Amino acid sequence: MKRYARFVLAIVFVGMLLTPFLIRRLGSRTQAPAPSAEQNASWPYGFRLTESSKAAGLEFVHEAPTLDSKLAHIMPQVASMGAAVSIVDVDADGLADMYVTNSREGSSNRLFRNKGDGRFEDVAGRLGIADLNRPGTGVSMGSVWGDYDNDGFEDLFLYRWGRPELFHNDRGQGFTRISEQTGLPEWANINAAVWVDFDRDGRLDLFMGGYYAETINLWKLADTKMMPESFEYANNGGRKYLFRNLGGGRFEEVSARAGIASRRWALAAVAADLKGDGYPSLFVANDYGVSELFVNENGRFREAGREAGVGYAPKSGMNASVGDVLNQGRFAIYVSNISEEGILLQGNNLWMPDGDTGDVPRYENLARAMGVDLGGWSFGAQFGDLNNDGFLDLYLVNGYVSASREESYWYDYSKIAGAHRLVISDAKNWPAMGSRSLAGYQQKRVWISDGAGRFIDVAQMVGATDRFDGRAVALADLFNRGALDVVVANQRGPLLAYRNDVTPANGWIAFDLEGACRDDKTSAPCTNRSAIGAQVTLFWNGQQQLQEVSGGSGFCAQNQRRLHFGLGAGATVEKAIVRWPSGKMQELVRPQPNRVHRIAEPA
Amino acid sequence: MTPSRLRFDHRYLAPILVTVVLVVGQVAFGFLESWSRTFLAIGTAIGIELLLGRLFAGKWPHLASAYISGISVGMLVRSPAIWPYALCSAISITSKYVLRVKGRHIWNPSNFGVVAMLVLAADTVAGLSVQWGNNLLPMAIVWAFGTVILYTLGRLHITVTYVVSFVLFAALRAALTGHPFLSEVAPITGPMYQLFIFFMITDPKTTVRPRWAQCLVVFLVAAVEAVFRLLEFVHAPYYALFVVGPAANLVEVALSQRRTTQAASACTPLPALARTQGDTT
Repeated sequence: MKRYARFVLAIVFVGMLLTPFLIRRLGSRTQAPAPSAEQNASWPYGFRLTESSKAAGLEFVHEAPTLDSKLAHIMPQVASMGAAVSIVDVDADGLADMYVTNSREGSSNRLFRNKGDGRFEDVAGRLGIADLNRPGTGVSMGSVWGDYDNDGFEDLFLYRWGRPELFHNDRGQGFTRISEQTGLPEWANINAAVWVDFDRDGRLDLFMGGYYAETINLWKLADTKMMPESFEYANNGGRKYLFRNLGGGRFEEVSARAGIASRRWALAAVAADLKGDGYPSLFVANDYGVSELFVNENGRFREAGREAGVGYAPKSGMNASVGDVLNQGRFAIYVSNISEEGILLQGNNLWMPDGDTGDVPRYENLARAMGVDLGGWSFGAQFGDLNNDGFLDLYLVNGYVSASREESYWYDYSKIAGAHRLVISDAKNWPAMGSRSLAGYQQKRVWISDGAGRFIDVAQMVGATDRFDGRAVALADLFNRGALDVVVANQRGPLLAYRNDVTPANGWIAFDLEGACRDDKTSAPCTNRSAIGAQVTLFWNGQQQLQEVSGGSGFCAQNQRRLHFGLGAGATVEKAIVRWPSGKMQELVRPQPNRVHRIAEPA
Repeated sequence: MTPSRLRFDHRYLAPILVTVVLVVGQVAFGFLESWSRTFLAIGTAIGIELLLGRLFAGKWPHLASAYISGISVGMLVRSPAIWPYALCSAISITSKYVLRVKGRHIWNPSNFGVVAMLVLAADTVAGLSVQWGNNLLPMAIVWAFGTVILYTLGRLHITVTYVVSFVLFAALRAALTGHPFLSEVAPITGPMYQLFIFFMITDPKTTVRPRWAQCLVVFLVAAVEAVFRLLEFVHAPYYALFVVGPAANLVEVALSQRRTTQAASACTPLPALARTQGDTT
């Protein structure tokens, strides 16, 4: 009897060993299904992406900085950020322009102005915001745009590993540097910034998060003890800043008073009304540690990551973006991390709202269940309805350091990642990287939503086939066609502009919002003119979707401020409700689909 | 109450230590993927141990070993999926009942389970590879507890031999590769190694019997691990124990069998000779 039992057990044991193989075979989680019969053969997934940067005149290749020679042995991974893109209508002509940062000392940033004929021209030099990587001042890491003085033109905040700068937009004709009067720090190593009106006074405030400690000048290192003190529990990163807009181009640093104190290694931040009370909370994705959720309690922040469920399980947060993934009128938060088969499988996080919105919203990570957990060494991601089917899709870029195709640094990286702080925090203990790659040449993910809680990667099928080291992703309707195009900034790589052609069967609607504030000296109940923080809830075909104008999201990126909704086929829009940060509500009844609606806040 | 009733069962010492590792790591730093996954791993290990123990041994088994295996899996396996935690525990425990030679299981259960998952499910599973916390205190607590408990159990020599060997081989690797010595020593400061050196390599059921041989085997584990590390295998220690552990056990089984055979031959007189002797006496 026992002999038979042992035989059966052996069979079961073999079955156990085969289980991962069977799960792989049976699971079609990450693979796109063949187009169904009813899907138009020309539009198997409802859209196609065509890389069109050259045709559009967007010729730009990012260059990395050369930091202190003490870091020469690990330079490729230390100098691994700085490729950033933000979308802005710099001259208020209704066309999406874009600002792209470079990071080599002496290199130029670009402002690509949309000419309206499908092509762009670089006007950064002419407008005075190109030569911003001069030796001694640091190098650019990213930018966010917001109309801080409510004059109708978006102003530029440029953050760097170095001196951050604020430029006033002089009616689209030039820029005036006003950094000195703002009280910005002389030096900080910033990798995350967002414009946010945290106190709802109608003036845009500025949050920025440090990566390396602000005492570190990466070109003049006193010593090599500047790396994170832990791979997952590091608290020796840069400080956070919150600059409250006082009006008149003056700002006051109020982070401590407002309840923001952290030395985690911030790489991304997004502000959104996560509690539903009109006050924007701040979500910060940190490298080498847990994410932080600073809930906004009437203009004062409280870190509530653990209460919210997002403050456990430290990973390598590199992105923060929000989207109403299930059309339930609430935002999910997407955080990218690191996943490498067999070595480090952090998995990305899709924090889905869980339960009622109370004082602190609760989240559950459903990235695995919804099929958006494994990307690679992931950086920027953005939600957007790429196929206009009425559900938000997700574009994610991956890849850290692409160098040698034969040799990998992963083994050495894994050695040091597990080390005690006395070892890991000192760059001289890190093995030399040489020309080896670390998570290089990785595929991107274009996850389309089925609307029922599952995402399917169609990147290779729709044309997102590049293998550059993606950093920032920004979505915008570049050509005013009712489709979200994709712009990707790659580290040490070219700027990519994926033109999105969407099936004409699916409808869309978009909203350009403008707040009522017309100057920056009053605290009247009006919304900042950029309308950052304003929400639109669209009701159509028995469903709803919430979107919010953002002052920066993803990784070192900013989407077009225009809110774009896909509607699917044959849609009739019932209404759109606008909730302004000032507290005003506005309802649009039966707005016409397939057009951009310009909505001004009632005075 | 008699003194014997007060005697502490030493089989509980290792479970206590591994629980200390778990609690210190999670309460202080939240280093688990999640409590639920760790409980799933523990529950699966215990459940299968109860089932198979009852089925094949005819009695309810002592659960210390299964608890350690489950808790080790819960800590060592890193996966965004849930099923690997249950499957790894199931493979670990089942391997004890399937992969047996002369009535003895030859692989450390959780080592077998973790290696199986790392090799067969590399797309879904990785090993625990990161540090916990930023200070020495939690590590010092675990080392202190571990040292006392292993000393009590008479197995501290195994851990000490391995650690000394690891450091020596780290120096050798540093000399060969030109990498900083500290980067070669670095892995042993992580929590994965604390589980490895306190539980896996000291497992009484899957280590050889003589003390000198135990020291030799872990020295060989460190040596093979050094080779794997030079070949840039990220999970070198698991693979080294996976190779060396069973090989050593098989050698011991073979030697034991030969001794038994020789002893039997020496003790059992040949019938003809017996007759002659009998005849003589």
